[in-house]
Amino acid sequence: MLDFLKTLDRRWIFLAMLMAVAGPILAQKTFPERPTIFVRSVFDKIESLPEGSTIMISFDYDPATNGELGPMATAFLRHCCLKRHKMLFLTLFETGKPVVDQAIRRVIDTEFAALDLKPGEDYVNLGYKQGREVVIALIALNLRTSFPRDHEGTDLDDLPLTRNITNLQDLDLILDISTGYPGWKEWVQYAASPYDIPFAAGTTAVGAPQAYPYIPEQMLGLLAAVKGAAEYEAALAEKYPPYRDPKRNEGIRRMAPQFWGHLLVIALIVLGNGIHFADRWRRNR
Amino acid sequence: MNRERIVWMTLFVLGGLGLLYRAAFTPHGMGKVYVKEERIAPDSDSDLRTMFVEADPIDPQAVVDLPRSAGLWVAALGTLAIFSFLYRDNPFYKLAESVFVGVTAGYLMAVGFWEGIVDKLLVNLAPGLMRAWAVPDLDADQQPNLVYLVPLVLGLMLLWRLAPRGAWIARWPLALVVGTFAGLKLVNFLDADFVSQIRSTIIPLVVLIDGRRVDFWGSIRNIGLLVGVLSCLTYFYFSVEHKGLVGTVSRIGIWFLMVTFGASFAFTVMGRIALLAARIEFLLNDWLWLIDPTGKRPPGW
Repeated sequence: MLDFLKTLDRRWIFLAMLMAVAGPILAQKTFPERPTIFVRSVFDKIESLPEGSTIMISFDYDPATNGELGPMATAFLRHCCLKRHKMLFLTLFETGKPVVDQAIRRVIDTEFAALDLKPGEDYVNLGYKQGREVVIALIALNLRTSFPRDHEGTDLDDLPLTRNITNLQDLDLILDISTGYPGWKEWVQYAASPYDIPFAAGTTAVGAPQAYPYIPEQMLGLLAAVKGAAEYEAALAEKYPPYRDPKRNEGIRRMAPQFWGHLLVIALIVLGNGIHFADRWRRNR
Repeated sequence: MNRERIVWMTLFVLGGLGLLYRAAFTPHGMGKVYVKEERIAPDSDSDLRTMFVEADPIDPQAVVDLPRSAGLWVAALGTLAIFSFLYRDNPFYKLAESVFVGVTAGYLMAVGFWEGIVDKLLVNLAPGLMRAWAVPDLDADQQPNLVYLVPLVLGLMLLWRLAPRGAWIARWPLALVVGTFAGLKLVNFLDADFVSQIRSTIIPLVVLIDGRRVDFWGSIRNIGLLVGVLSCLTYFYFSVEHKGLVGTVSRIGIWFLMVTFGASFAFTVMGRIALLAARIEFLLNDWLWLIDPTGKRPPGW
C-alpha cells in the first residue's frame, strides 16, 4: 500500500481535484458567509457615503483573473448603484478594457437597467491609459493630464459628472480591483498615502497577504479574492434582502468548490506527510 | 495500437458522441449565444442606429447569434485543450497555448500603438494629420506641441540599440528612464512603505475601551503585531550571531515567517481553485447547459 501511494500517478490527484470542484458546482449548494472586519469596513464606507458621492473604481486586472475578481467587481458596482453613487471607471491594464465593459454591461445596463443610469451623468468610463503608476501620480494632481477625454472621446469638461472633478482628491473613495502590477500597492503609494484619500482594494488571493499590513492606516479594508467577494455579497444580502438569492451571488456560489478543494488539499498534505514519515520509519526499522 | 491510444480514442469518440447528441438531438441543444437588437440612442428621434447585445434565452426578443456561438465553442474547446496538459503534453495544448500567446501579443501591440504612439505622441505632434487619419474627435483648435519632439527623439535613440553600430546612444534615454523612475519611486516608497509602516507599528500594547476597560483581544493583537515585527526583523539582522537572546528571538521570527508562508500558500490555493471553478462553471453552464445557476434559461432547458 505504501509503495503504491509513494508512486501514485499525480494525474489521479488532478482528477480528484476536478471532482472536488465540479461536484459542488453541479450540486449548486451554497454555504452561509459572514463578513469579516476587513470586508465590513469597505461595505460600511460605501454604505455611509451620502447618495450621489463620487467613487472611482480602477479595474486593474484582465480576463485571465476575471474568475477570481469578477464577482467583487460586480458586488462593488451593485452596491454603488443601490446607493446611487456616481462612478468613474478606469483601467491601468492593457487587457483590462473588456472587463470594464463587461462589468458595466452586466450591472449598469442589465441588472439596474430600470434606474436608467446615464453615461457622463451617473458614470464615466475613462478607459485605459498607458503609464502604470505614473498615471496615478499624475491624476492625483490633475485628472486631465492623463484623461482629457473619456473612453468615447468626449471631453471631461463636457460631462456633468467630471466637469467639477479636478483630481483624485475630489473623490469620496477610490476602489481598486487588482491582480498585480500596477495595482493596490501603487494606488497606496501614489494616491492614498500621500494625499490621504479614502482607499480600499480587492485583490487576487496571491496578492492578499502582502496587503493586510496596510489596513487600516493606508487602506480602509480589503476583499481577498473570491472569499472577499462572497463576504461582500453576504453584507449586501444582510442590508438588501433581494440579494439573498444565490442566483445573484457569484462569489457565494464559488465558495462551495473552495471548501471541497481546500479539504482535498489538506487531506493530501496530511496523507503526503503520513507517507513520508511511514516510509522513514520503515527504512529505519 | 497501444492501450493508452485506445483509451484516448474511446474517450474522444464517447465525448464527441455525447456532445453531438446534446447539441443536435435535445430540444434545446447547447452552447448557443443569444442576442437581441437594441437602439444605440433610444431617446433620440434622429439616431436610429441599432446594435446587438447579449440577451438571456428567456427574453422573447432573443435570437441565436452564430458568430458569438462559434466564439463560445472556441473558448470551450480551448479550455479543454489547456486542461489536457494535466494528462500530458499534446498537440491540442500546444495549439491552444500558441493561439493564446499570439492573440495576447497582437492585442498588446495594437493597444500599445494606439494608446502610446498615436494617442500620446502623434496627436500632440501632428494633430491635423491625426484628425484626418485616426482621431476624428480631436479638437479642431489643437495646435502641435513641439515639446513632444523630445520623447520622439529619445524613443528613436532607444531604438538605436537594434542598430549594428552606436548602441551606446540608447544608454542616454535609458539613463533618463531609470533615473526618473528611481526618483519617483524612492519618495513614494519611503512615505508609504517605510515611514507609514513604521508608524502603523507604534501602537498601545494595552488597548483601553473608553479609557477605562481593557480590550483583551485588542491588546493581544497589538502585542502579537509588535512581537512579530521585532522577531522577523531580528531574523534578518545578520550583523550579530544568532545565539542566546538574539537566537531565541530570531527563532520566534522564523515561526512568524512560516505562518506567513503558510497563509500565502493557502491564499494561492484559493486563487487557483477560484480560477478552476470559474472555468468549470463556464463549461457546465455556458457551454453544456447542464446547470443554470443564474436562471437565465427557461425551466427545463
